[in-house]
Amino acid sequence: MENNRPKMDFKERFYWFKYDVKMSKTYYLFLLPYALVFITFMVLPVFISIFYSFTYYNVFEEAKFIGLQNYTNLLLGDDIFLRAVTNTLLMALITGPVGYLMAFIFAWFINGLPRFLRAFAVLVFYAPTISGAVYMIWSLIFAGDQYGYVNSLLRSFGITKEGGQPFYFLTTPEYMMPIILVVILWMSLGAGFLAFVAGLQTIDRSQYEAGYIDGIRNRWQELWFITLPNMKGMLLFGAVMAITQSFGVADVTEALCGFPSTDYAVHTIVNHLKDYGALRFEMGYASSIATILFLVMILCNRYIQKAIGRIGK
Amino acid sequence: MKIGLQQTRSIGGNILVYLILILFGAFFAWPLIFAINNAFKPLNEIFLFPPKLWVQQPTLDNFQDLFVMMGKSRITFSRYIFNTVFITAAGTFGHIIIASMGAYVISKYKFPGSQLFFKIVIITLMFNGYVTQIPNFLVMNRLGWVDTFASVIIPAFAMPLGFFLLKQFMDTVPMTLIEAAKIDGAKELSIFWRIVMPTIKPAWLTVMVFSVNALWQTRASNFIFSEQLKTLPYALSQIVAGGVQRAGVGAAVTLFIMIVPLVVFISAQSNIIETMASSGIKE
Repeated sequence: MENNRPKMDFKERFYWFKYDVKMSKTYYLFLLPYALVFITFMVLPVFISIFYSFTYYNVFEEAKFIGLQNYTNLLLGDDIFLRAVTNTLLMALITGPVGYLMAFIFAWFINGLPRFLRAFAVLVFYAPTISGAVYMIWSLIFAGDQYGYVNSLLRSFGITKEGGQPFYFLTTPEYMMPIILVVILWMSLGAGFLAFVAGLQTIDRSQYEAGYIDGIRNRWQELWFITLPNMKGMLLFGAVMAITQSFGVADVTEALCGFPSTDYAVHTIVNHLKDYGALRFEMGYASSIATILFLVMILCNRYIQKAIGRIGK
Repeated sequence: MKIGLQQTRSIGGNILVYLILILFGAFFAWPLIFAINNAFKPLNEIFLFPPKLWVQQPTLDNFQDLFVMMGKSRITFSRYIFNTVFITAAGTFGHIIIASMGAYVISKYKFPGSQLFFKIVIITLMFNGYVTQIPNFLVMNRLGWVDTFASVIIPAFAMPLGFFLLKQFMDTVPMTLIEAAKIDGAKELSIFWRIVMPTIKPAWLTVMVFSVNALWQTRASNFIFSEQLKTLPYALSQIVAGGVQRAGVGAAVTLFIMIVPLVVFISAQSNIIETMASSGIKE
């Protein structure tokens, strides 16, 4: 595809477009298999969600068009959904930025370690992310009986609930949210963390040396003026990964606090989505939840892209 | 005057950095250490009061119980293992092949729609599995794939993270390498297979880790209903649901599920770091 063609009118442009398409036949063939599955299972779902969000559909009967009723029910009539939105936003606003900062700070600290320690440290911090359902272990740690690790620890200091009862950490609303936040942060370093570790290792040494001559005196100046501007791409990648994670919380709350959780104290949008989609088969309603989630994620991405553009200025 | 890294690093700062790393490292590691230890604890130690982190008298009883229990179930344990291994292997292999082919042309050639396609891939990086699961169920239904392995394997081919990482890594491969082969008369397919794929080995090893990690834990309970097609994590979660008397077996199960992704990660770690170095999203 040539970029230096002279100014053209629409007809000429269309001609060249057809020409380019024809010349790129091999490329399209290469892309075809992936494009096919990608469009079917990643792009199409968005449109299917939007379509069914305007219907009543239970899989067994034909979908019935009901206009905006799902959305009005969701936003005006469904208290549990509003609860889920509040919970999800709280989780996203805390674990998103904190997890993101943690991933960067740990990667940055690890980068200063001697080489033989680095690989080990990366493993320690990343292991919770990849060891799957191992977060189940937290349900033992916070178990609501004397065998619970935290309960027995507190008991050894003489701290118990009134009457010597253990704390019911995972079923008492006031404790549930903080515990879930800790567990999410524990397993939230993710692909962004690896990107940061890698990014820090590839910054050109000579840039730092030039920086020292220009009068950079401490690690904070070095971070702001050299390291971060060099890592904008990774920072954006990490942010995208952080959003995905923080808006997608569902398995952890189910595994630790049950489904539904006491008083819906840690009920998330995805929990709600699964409830209506996978259990009640109210696909239309579930689709409207999914559509709202898609929208929120895309808006978030826009905003973060802008924010990262300002680094180092 | 010495110019170097030391200049911007105060000793106090270094001590603080080490302290923070050790403190948080312990916080990140100890639930895992707890999980590993629990798997080797005899039942009376699991219910010891006060609970201890380290196992006192290690035993393989829990694993034995697990196999006995699995042997008694209607579907044999080996069937669940086969299902999960098959899904993981097929999904990962297929994804790497077709995503690499697509990533290759997107990275190395410009053609109508190529930029747009990649932009869409970046947006979908954010979609988590649940959001697409409901509509995907409807698609599977139409395709007649519900209750087959295809319902888990084929969507796994589409993982945007893999495509994204392969394309970004491919960008760092010099075009001259490909042009030289072209002058020698090589066709695109053989260039891809004989030059591009070996060059981007770190990238597809990385993608393999992410893909194995995701698929190994798949329960697939939304798309697959036949017992003989169920996956290992699903079968294991059923066992753990048995309650307190299965605590020992549950601990063994937890270790069993976590160990495979961990081993795959450790063995590919240096490749992963090399690949992630090119993971930046350009504005």
